[in-house]
Amino acid sequence: MITEEDVIQIAGLADLSVPQGELTAFTGSFNAILEYFDILDTLEIEGSLERKLFNVFREDEVTESLSQEDALKNSHNPEEGYIRAPKVV
Amino acid sequence: MAEEFQVIIGLEVHCQLNTKSKLFCGCSADFRADAPNTHVCPVCLGLPGALPVLNKKAVEYALKVAKALNCTIPEEGEFCRKNYFYPDLVKAYQITMGDDPLAIGGYIEIEDDAGNPKVVNLTRIHVEEDPGRLVHMGNKERGYYTLVDYNRSGIPLIEMVTEPEMSSPKEARRLLNKLRATLEYLDVFDPEKEGSLRVDANISIKGHERVEIKNITSYKGVEKALTFEITRQKNLIRRGGRIVRETRHFQEGKGTTTSARSKETANDYRYFPEPDLPVIRVADWVKDIELPELPDARRDRFMSQYGIAVNHARTLTGDLKLAEFYETIAPVGAALAASWTADILMGELNYRDMHVSEVAGHADQFAELIGLVRDKKITDKAGVEVLRVWLDALHTEAKSEAPSAIVERLGLARESGESFRGIVEAILEKNPQAVADHKAGKKGALNFIVGQVMKETKGKSDPREIHAMISEILGE
Ligand SMILES: [Zn+2]
Repeated sequence: MITEEDVIQIAGLADLSVPQGELTAFTGSFNAILEYFDILDTLEIEGSLERKLFNVFREDEVTESLSQEDALKNSHNPEEGYIRAPKVV
Repeated sequence: MAEEFQVIIGLEVHCQLNTKSKLFCGCSADFRADAPNTHVCPVCLGLPGALPVLNKKAVEYALKVAKALNCTIPEEGEFCRKNYFYPDLVKAYQITMGDDPLAIGGYIEIEDDAGNPKVVNLTRIHVEEDPGRLVHMGNKERGYYTLVDYNRSGIPLIEMVTEPEMSSPKEARRLLNKLRATLEYLDVFDPEKEGSLRVDANISIKGHERVEIKNITSYKGVEKALTFEITRQKNLIRRGGRIVRETRHFQEGKGTTTSARSKETANDYRYFPEPDLPVIRVADWVKDIELPELPDARRDRFMSQYGIAVNHARTLTGDLKLAEFYETIAPVGAALAASWTADILMGELNYRDMHVSEVAGHADQFAELIGLVRDKKITDKAGVEVLRVWLDALHTEAKSEAPSAIVERLGLARESGESFRGIVEAILEKNPQAVADHKAGKKGALNFIVGQVMKETKGKSDPREIHAMISEILGE
């Protein structure tokens, strides 16, 4: 059961604030989503859940990177090749 | 009461593995000289739909370290997402390992502060990706902001976690030295690259809360950071204060730690299995890994092969480049070469903030210098002077004239004692008090006289010879 305090804390970890008026709605949505897992838990699973896929590797080989121009395409207002972000300390 | 303040230290050491490419993508890991955001791709930028694929070499390197540090490799290792929101993480999570790390257990042997052997146990070793690099910008008037470079994002790291078993900053320093040397011998990291070895430390006074110090970017800063933190904690306890469990940042320049005011707890990271990466089963690879000679084995070999003292052997093998340097010059005389390298050269290098790698290419010249001392062509004192001139030249010009040429140019060749007899007699005459003290049996009274002679002869005289001559003149 997710409480309003849980929602505030989880939002805080992502640096988001929840407007007071939407807190109840978000809490309800969280709980509704988690209820789907209760449905999944009712499934009968044949055999074990052993993972058949393991040890998938790539060799240590260098491939081409993006150009700086392409790398910065999603960035607003880059500065001398850097991505700008808000103050964090 | 000293036992009131029993110090407990544990370390988390991050080491960048020197693979060619990043941990989960093919971007080149050789990024330091390049412009920001030029070693990035959809994977290490966390773009939607991009999928990580694990670099096999990184796992092999990590296993090599695990084997060298006597760890156990569990049957299965699993990558996890460690969630936190900070601009150095493109995906808002770091791919690391959680409950099923690459390696568990293991230990490192060091000496405690009394010089006795001590074993420090390891908790675990895991593989993870390095976050990006942040540059904090701006000022009060125009506002602060952050610049982000993701070239470092996805560089392979291993994190090695020790048990809280060290009881002084010096022990922690020795553990790091040993660990650094081992990693260097294993050839899995480059100690000369800035930030290639980074340390977080847990420190507490027994019976009180534990504090984590982050951000120790130079491994030499560890002892300083820990010493500061112990003093801070002791003073706080003495004043009746309470140690708060918190994360503090080390301020390298000031040598202090400041509270990071971090509110996150382990649960807040919401670790869960990384669905994009299958598990690894590599326990049976370990038997095929061949380890090179490691620092302790090399130290023991130096003692038996060259007949040198344990303290010299330990110093000389504490750095791979230094050990190799010593082995190239040992033929000139193993014991003399050991003391000239471990005691004299190291001191002069430290004084100049130089590393042995800067002189490694000129080992033949250093051997020549030791040869001049060995053959009594110059005195020890003149030898040190030649060494300084030689090092200064290497430091500024990366090359130097030969030691024999320096001796010639500066007129430092040792001259036989007889040519200084006049000087000795004059100095004896000028210092009757020292002579009287000596005759009255005062130990060391002659040292002053010998010192005066050395000064007068600009180090070209041999102090032992001068001692003998003074005794002869005084009719002893
Ligand atoms: Zn990449």
